[in-house]
Amino acid sequence: MTQVILFNVLNGLIVGAFYALMALGLSLILNLSGVINFAHGGFLALGAYLAYSLAPYLGFWGGLALAPFLTAALGLIIERVLIRRLYGRDPLYSLLLTFGLAFIFQDALRFLWGAQSVPYQIPGWLASPLSASLFFLTGYRVFMVVIVALAVTALFLILGYTRLGIRIRAGTLDLDTVSVLGVNVRVLRNLNFGLGIYLAGLAGVLAAGMLGLSPTIGDTLIMPSFVAIIVGGLGSLPGTLAGGLLIGIASGLTAVFLPAGTEAVIYVMMALVLMVRPHGLFGDAGRLR
Amino acid sequence: MKNLEGRIGTIILWLLLLTAPYWMPLFGGYTGLGTRVLVLALAAMSVNFLLGFTGVLSFGHAAFFGLGAYGAGMTIKYIYASTMLGLAIGVLVGILGAMIIGAMIVRLRGVYFAMVTIAFGQVFYFVAFRWSSLTGGDDGLTGWKRVPLDLGVTQIDILHNDIAFYYLVLVCVAVCSAAMALLLRSPFGRTLLAIRENERRARFLGIPVDKHIWMSFVCSAAFCSVAGALYAYLDNFVDPRAFRWEQSGDFVIMAVLGGMRSFWGPLIGAAVFVVLQDKISSVTDYWMSILGLLFVLAVVFFPRGVLGVVKRKQGL
Repeated sequence: MTQVILFNVLNGLIVGAFYALMALGLSLILNLSGVINFAHGGFLALGAYLAYSLAPYLGFWGGLALAPFLTAALGLIIERVLIRRLYGRDPLYSLLLTFGLAFIFQDALRFLWGAQSVPYQIPGWLASPLSASLFFLTGYRVFMVVIVALAVTALFLILGYTRLGIRIRAGTLDLDTVSVLGVNVRVLRNLNFGLGIYLAGLAGVLAAGMLGLSPTIGDTLIMPSFVAIIVGGLGSLPGTLAGGLLIGIASGLTAVFLPAGTEAVIYVMMALVLMVRPHGLFGDAGRLR
Repeated sequence: MKNLEGRIGTIILWLLLLTAPYWMPLFGGYTGLGTRVLVLALAAMSVNFLLGFTGVLSFGHAAFFGLGAYGAGMTIKYIYASTMLGLAIGVLVGILGAMIIGAMIVRLRGVYFAMVTIAFGQVFYFVAFRWSSLTGGDDGLTGWKRVPLDLGVTQIDILHNDIAFYYLVLVCVAVCSAAMALLLRSPFGRTLLAIRENERRARFLGIPVDKHIWMSFVCSAAFCSVAGALYAYLDNFVDPRAFRWEQSGDFVIMAVLGGMRSFWGPLIGAAVFVVLQDKISSVTDYWMSILGLLFVLAVVFFPRGVLGVVKRKQGL
């Protein structure tokens, strides 16, 4: 029994790390620009398929390195051409815009790569279990957690110590003042959007190795990411990270005792958090209004 | 003048709706399509009650749409075969869900309110999806049919007569929209408008803003669950997709497409949406991207919606 619980907690942690990666990207964009990016799942799937198409030429590692950047480049363009127009308006409009984009993404992926799901090759040494007693712990799962940890560390280093990161954090608190101080807010929001999409693309490549590829791969992952943001707290990136890990572990544990409830439990958790702290565990109460 | 024009417009609209089963075939439509427009229009109007007249965006109304649909279908299947009883129970279930969810989210605003409503909708999706012994799971709730109405003196066969069912739906839409209009004209409705225009000022005037938003949320969800129950009757079928966030998004798009500051705007939006979906999906497999493109263009270029553009042209 202990081993089953341990297995599910670890598994939940891996899934949670994954939710966190996606939720951090969403959260970055939401905090600075007030845009809920419904198309995030579409970007994730695009990252996965780009890696799939690049793999024959560049191998697994080339795909992993390059695909997220290409995805981010598309993100920069879409922000520049479409999303930027709606910043001054009611958040309703940007929400509907990304909602429409999500539809377009799904069809475009289906058109370009087909509706059937395809397997994604990972290096053989990553696919095998690490040890006989811990058979569930394939190298790939550990590898995923390592990559997520590296990406999250890099993100927090960027936000903490680079000029861009400091400006993003300042803009999250008070964009008008940042603008008055001479920072080009348009460029800042553009780069921030690209950074968020980069994380989505990276999440996509990692997901492809575990789940295989299908045009709707992002759909099942975007809702838990929303929940991670809400549980972790509005406006707090460490909160988002913690939220993702928490809901991952919660659904892992539920899988032991009530397998049918693995999806529902995260929403129950969200309801509990909202009742006690409407602004989330680590959130900023001032952001509610 | 404006009032008179509005009244004439409403009369023309109702004349068109009352005669729709007879003129629609001339333009390549069919009665089921008209019924679908009405049902989704009611859902979009309910979303707009909250969005256009209270200033709160719910992106999770599919939850109440689905609760109404499953409530009605399961009543007929498991409890008692009566169309009206199913409708009543569906609406009650929807209201109950809205009261609970509303209480949890009423302190949130703006984009966060939207995000939490999206997430809550998913709970019901997973319950409907997983609890297959009761709900039929992914295959949907089947094995039941809407029942002819028994009025004592006479029976109305809404099961086999599509046109009779159309008129039943029209009566429901009429009752609900009358109720919405009355609510909006009452002191309660005026208070909602005040909150939409300036929440802080409303608060300073001593209005319990959170309570009003909660009440508006519950009213709106009640109308949406009526639409859900009718939607279940339309095909004698419900599946978990009725709960999905895409469904909620469709309602919001209909409201915005038609013009969210106008009372009948969502109906026009729903008509445009349903007819386009019907036509495009019969031509190409990739209808979703065409609709998506339409949303993107509408949002970027016509944020006021069809009726909004018409009104601005007239200088109203």
